[in-house]
Amino acid sequence: MNKKLRSFNSPTFLAYALIAPAAIYILLIVAWPVLETIRLSFTNSSLAGEDYVGFENYEKMLSSKKFNKIVTRTFVWMFFSVSLKLIIGLIGAILLNANLRGRSMFRVLIMPPWVVPIAIGMLGWLWLYNGYFGIIAGVGMHTGILDGPFGFLAYKQSAFISTIVADVWVGTPMVTVFFLAAMQGVPKDLYEAAYCDGASRWDRFFKITLPQITPVIITMSILSAIWTFNSFEIIWILTEGGPRGATTTLIIDTYKQALGNYKFGRGAARAVVVMILLTLFAGFYLALLARINKKISHG
Amino acid sequence: MFYASLRPLDHLFRSPYQFFSDDLSFWAYREMWNTVPMLPRYIFNSFFLASVTSLITLLFVIPAAYSYARFNFPFKNSSLYILLAINMFSGAVLLIPLYKVLRTFGLLNTYQAMIVPGVAFLIPTAIWLLKSYFEKIPVDLEEAAFVDGASRVQILRHIIAPLSTPGLVVVGIYAFIGAYAQQFLFAITFNQKKEYMPIPSGLYEFIGYTTVKWNEMMAASLVGIAPVLIVFLFLQKYIVEGLTSGAVKN
Repeated sequence: MNKKLRSFNSPTFLAYALIAPAAIYILLIVAWPVLETIRLSFTNSSLAGEDYVGFENYEKMLSSKKFNKIVTRTFVWMFFSVSLKLIIGLIGAILLNANLRGRSMFRVLIMPPWVVPIAIGMLGWLWLYNGYFGIIAGVGMHTGILDGPFGFLAYKQSAFISTIVADVWVGTPMVTVFFLAAMQGVPKDLYEAAYCDGASRWDRFFKITLPQITPVIITMSILSAIWTFNSFEIIWILTEGGPRGATTTLIIDTYKQALGNYKFGRGAARAVVVMILLTLFAGFYLALLARINKKISHG
Repeated sequence: MFYASLRPLDHLFRSPYQFFSDDLSFWAYREMWNTVPMLPRYIFNSFFLASVTSLITLLFVIPAAYSYARFNFPFKNSSLYILLAINMFSGAVLLIPLYKVLRTFGLLNTYQAMIVPGVAFLIPTAIWLLKSYFEKIPVDLEEAAFVDGASRVQILRHIIAPLSTPGLVVVGIYAFIGAYAQQFLFAITFNQKKEYMPIPSGLYEFIGYTTVKWNEMMAASLVGIAPVLIVFLFLQKYIVEGLTSGAVKN
């Protein structure tokens, strides 16, 4: 490589200069607020002003029974939502990967829940769940499962399940698409060889497809755990965390404390807990991704 | 949703639910403009906010993505992973300090209040996406031009720009859909002025004190999501491809 070309390929200064605007923007709008949140969590900040209070917010938060319940609830909610997304996503991807007629149309049809802004999609769900006029209650009453109007979002348990269902509706398309992409990346000759050896359809799925896409399944579980954990709008629009706190997850609680009651300090303490958990998830994800990439580049 | 929007209100309000109405009509599509007179304004706001947000995002992302695709420099990989990690911090966690900042600068209840944070959360994914498009442009082309004495600006204008247009369009649309979806959170937190409200929050005006005009609300929702749906249908193949290649593999 001649000298001129080398100077073309490694001007570190130019590289940084091109990245700088985006980097500075993110530092200002994301990194600085993170630090500010940590600082605020040690104060009793509100609209009136703020004083340093040390660990008071954390002590109060961790000793309150309500908060512990919220954490448990968040993880239960997450567990059901993520597992359903993965199972439905996997089944969906298998069906879409099969040689069926009209599958390209179905591939497009599964995407709307992901494209439609959540806030608007949830209006549709509000109506579906409506106890008097909603379709689900309607079907229930017609078939005799329900003997009267039933507001799905009005009772603790049904609201909890209903928000999970809506969250699964929003999150599944993304999971399906990733699984599908992974399945299509499996080398065709593996199947051909297996076919020649007389492997059954079942065998081919469990011995070839599944092991081949395991990395993607693991990545998607973590990614979708993060997305689900962050899910705010779905619950907020459907129930605002109610009835009587039955659907209040960590994110909802943080929002309520901070911007419902303007108790910035207490809200910030919760936000810090959320951030610590997210950092753990993210670290886990990145470590895994680095390992998978290493494997790929090593052959 | 579409079906519900065609039905008269009293049919929707029959309990238990009736599956068939005999007098379907587009009445709700006419009436909704009267129930919520600001509706055209909300639709405009949504469009305006999403367009401006995605354009600004592109401005920040193009140079950065190009740099990541072409140059080698210290901290390249670690900073790319940090970008991925940022993606996982949803806006909801950082609302408190953002609220305070916007309040100090007097930006609450303005368009900027919804644009400024929106851009920040779109940048990371957009960089990853666009980077993979830039990487597909053969570096030889640029090197050849460089050896022939073309300046960097000329290379950018005559080689990179035309070749990366499809990528730019896809990333722009990704940003547009993302910005359209984000609006709600920032709108309900940072904005209380009706004239700046985007359609997702504006739709809640159909929920009245005594009744909810479901048919009109569904009609208005469909009008509100029509633009993103149409855009998506045309480009779904590229978007799906771009997203999956960016996030799973390097």
